[in-house]
Amino acid sequence: MNPSTLASPGLFTVEGLVGVVFLTMAAITLVGGLIACNSDRLVRSLSGLVICFVGVAGLYFLLNSPFVSMMQILIYVGAITVTISFAIMLAAPEEKRKIGPPSLFSGPLGFIAAALIAGGFATLAVKTEWTVHDKINDGSMKVIGLQLLTDHSMVFELVSVVLLVAILGALVIARQGREQ
Amino acid sequence: MAPLALYNSLETYLVIGAMLFGMGIYGMVTRRTLIGMLIAAELILAAASINFMAFNRFTAPDPATGQIFTLFIMAIAAAEAAIGLSITIAVYRHFKSIDAEDTAQLKG
Repeated sequence: MNPSTLASPGLFTVEGLVGVVFLTMAAITLVGGLIACNSDRLVRSLSGLVICFVGVAGLYFLLNSPFVSMMQILIYVGAITVTISFAIMLAAPEEKRKIGPPSLFSGPLGFIAAALIAGGFATLAVKTEWTVHDKINDGSMKVIGLQLLTDHSMVFELVSVVLLVAILGALVIARQGREQ
Repeated sequence: MAPLALYNSLETYLVIGAMLFGMGIYGMVTRRTLIGMLIAAELILAAASINFMAFNRFTAPDPATGQIFTLFIMAIAAAEAAIGLSITIAVYRHFKSIDAEDTAQLKG
């Protein structure tokens, strides 16, 4: 943010190596996202999602929060993608089955819409002057734990209730028609 | 700007988040199966989380709030994945297909 950090660091200094790691993680994220949204088979798309999430975890680590990075690996890579892979195996979608000609949306128009949205957001992010505030704490794991159980305790409890209801609802919905 | 110093600026992360968001929108529009749409939705959520974490690191006065919000996004994403997949399985049992075009029972 301040001009002194924007000078080009040497490759074999600490900042340079961090820059190399960052570029690698950003490349992993974007390549994973491309695989996830472009490949024909759902299993490959899911593998792309895993790659993308690992890259995102690396980005979180570089954003000074190793705890959230760890949670990203545990929850997304460990739990959510495994759940999706179970669904792919259970529902066994017939791949490559096209019904008639693809609609206009599923081709160039979709790409144009996505490119317009992404370009607009990117332009907005670069053009805006963001105000920087001074930090009031260091954002360490201890601070996160304290705030979770004091300032955000209501949301913390509500999230647990939401997860419980989601699990019960998922069981109820998926069980219907099983006896047929 | 030097490419090796990109990791220390807010805009880089925001641009990465915007690109992930665009990929998610593209996948959401082009996918024909429900599971594919769910994967695209996960991409969009990841993009939103990256934006939260970037603002948390660079501009916010309290650097714990954004991390906590990202944790809540993860919890909601887990709930969303569980519900969405059970709906997918129920749709597959009923229609023998998870193509979004086939669930057209109400069509006249």
